Amino acid sequence: MSVAARPQLSHLRALESEAIHVMREVAAEFERPVLLFSGGKDSIVLLRLAEKAFRPAPFPFPLMHVDTGHNFPEVIEYRDRRVAELGERLIVASVQESIDNGRAVEETGPRASRNRLQTVTLLDAIAEHDFDAAFGGARRDEERARAKERILSFRDDFGQWDPKNQRPELWNLYNGRVHRGEHARVFPLSNWTELDVWEYIDQEQLEVPSIYFAHERPVFRRDGMLYAWREDTELIDGEEVFDATVRYRTVGDMSCTGGVESLAATLEEVVTEIAATRITERGETRADDRVSEAAMEDRKKDGYF
Amino acid sequence: MTLDLLRFTTAGSVDDGKSTLIGRLLYDSKQVFEDQLEHVEQASERRGGEGSLDLALLTDGLRAEREQGITIDVAYRYFATARRRFIIADCPGHRQYTRNMVTGASTADVSVVLLDARRGVLEQSKRHAFISALLGIPEMVVAINKMDLVEYSRERYEELVEEFSGFAAKLSAVKHITFIPISALNGDNVVELSELTPWYDGPALLEHLEQVEVAYDHPNEKPARFPVQWVIRPASGDYRGYSGQLASGALRRGEEIAVLPGGGRSRIAAIDTYDGELEEAMAPMSLTLRLEDELDISRGELICHPDEAPAVAREFEADICWMTDELLRPGSRYVLKQTSRSVTAVIDRIEDLIDVHTLERMPAPQELGLNDIGRVHLRTSAPLVFDPYTSNRRTGSFILIDESSNATVGAGMIAVAA
Repeated sequence: MSVAARPQLSHLRALESEAIHVMREVAAEFERPVLLFSGGKDSIVLLRLAEKAFRPAPFPFPLMHVDTGHNFPEVIEYRDRRVAELGERLIVASVQESIDNGRAVEETGPRASRNRLQTVTLLDAIAEHDFDAAFGGARRDEERARAKERILSFRDDFGQWDPKNQRPELWNLYNGRVHRGEHARVFPLSNWTELDVWEYIDQEQLEVPSIYFAHERPVFRRDGMLYAWREDTELIDGEEVFDATVRYRTVGDMSCTGGVESLAATLEEVVTEIAATRITERGETRADDRVSEAAMEDRKKDGYF
Repeated sequence: MTLDLLRFTTAGSVDDGKSTLIGRLLYDSKQVFEDQLEHVEQASERRGGEGSLDLALLTDGLRAEREQGITIDVAYRYFATARRRFIIADCPGHRQYTRNMVTGASTADVSVVLLDARRGVLEQSKRHAFISALLGIPEMVVAINKMDLVEYSRERYEELVEEFSGFAAKLSAVKHITFIPISALNGDNVVELSELTPWYDGPALLEHLEQVEVAYDHPNEKPARFPVQWVIRPASGDYRGYSGQLASGALRRGEEIAVLPGGGRSRIAAIDTYDGELEEAMAPMSLTLRLEDELDISRGELICHPDEAPAVAREFEADICWMTDELLRPGSRYVLKQTSRSVTAVIDRIEDLIDVHTLERMPAPQELGLNDIGRVHLRTSAPLVFDPYTSNRRTGSFILIDESSNATVGAGMIAVAA
């Protein structure tokens, strides 16, 4: 047995190369791809990977944001600035519009969230623009139902995911054939971990929305998590709003994303904190996953990201 | 410190303790997050009563699996040590899930085969080892598990080493086999060396995985293979670049290259990446080539050094793992995708069917069914540019796609041009 010499390629470079390969394959094999850009760290990395894959030409696809209307303002500001910098096209699909059109029904009560409603808006937008492939920043380490997800994940003409019916994914050969009306979700970051994403952001010196770094904001504690208080937040009896220094590990809708108390104010500090962390990104901060043991799996079956 | 990346598969049946082993690797190397552990503790106690901790539950993700208590699909797990970043392809052990084992093995650098020290070398173990070898995984680790149930007996261990070695002598694709006596349940020799096996002088499993060679450590030992995936041609200006991922070998600026199957020749004018030009690039980097001459190269062609060219043929023999309920028969027609190239393929003949228990090839079967592996003679509508799979896993592999359902129905490994 030979002992490995100094590595030729770091793991980040190897993962990056695989992701670029995936993006180019999809661009070549599909007719109308789209890149889902939320302003969150994973989709920020996707944008950089798209630059690496396609420059000096423009991206062969537009960007799309499914906007719940409840996003952190810092994230929207970042989104618009970054898109302008890249000179690429952004489509904003609005959950509010889906509600106004009667396509989606707003949840009520203090725990209401527009998280599940995004599925309707997303699927409608995919149908409207006739997209046949959608890049997303999901990773397999994020959550149990994603551990088995393919890099190219097949959705039927109802946008639904059937775990028993996904295609085997061998070597680096991706089968991108779909029928009219169907589409594939593509996850170039499938093999990346949360730490890989942050280390890559650091390596590439990518700018991310400020809420990823420690900052002070009014919050309230609910179900063991710290939520951002907004003007129209419905508080439950006994809940109090207080100022805390928090940062966000993941950026979902404001109504379902919790912050963590942290003093990590720079990229380096965030990377160090994550390397030492003992709780998964989603476990710590996403109420949408806690609903049931199989929450993600159920949402995916309905057509969620 | 720079880490590199290693992919390994774990294979074993539901009783061999494979999921427990993975859970143990993650748990002992402190890669299991608290909330994941909490989930598992709760689920374990619901099923097994207070105090039980079934580490196998760390790796079962889907509802149906949790309900049945088995793994029915390939699950990918990630962890890192100070030396290396790992991707585990955890493959189900049942015979009807051969297709998932083949899938998980296709990208692996190392295969970890589990034996149950009490039950010995079972058909399952042989099948898993065989599939690992067929899929070209060069390094194999045989983890002889449940040593705690055989009182950490050196005799029993050596008996199994001998038996397995006898069987494995037929697996020519495997370059090295390493045997390690472990107890995944108790943690012996998984991350920490055990005091209960003083007669064992090898490394613990994790240490071995940290040291073993990764596929791309010696890029110059393989011929350069650059399948063109995508052409970058902005609307304005003269830029024309051929993008792809180096499947093997290395390329340098200024080198002479050949394009197949088209037949063009040129020199590399530049190796471009977003981060700047490179003097040299090696597999598995993704890059963009600019050539000195204006050739018209399209996706699906392959760039190589002229004196180290791959084969070009429209007829060849390949081993195919069949992955669908519909049968494979002579005359069947499929889309074949190899590197970045798609053609139509027709099955001329099915030469044999491999009995995965005896490793005998049984001649001239009528058809291949789900989870069968057999040698097939194919003809394609346009030539393929390839190497035998045993020489190059990237250029020797292909998938077969059903033209009407779009399902991936077969995984192929080219043996030789016919």
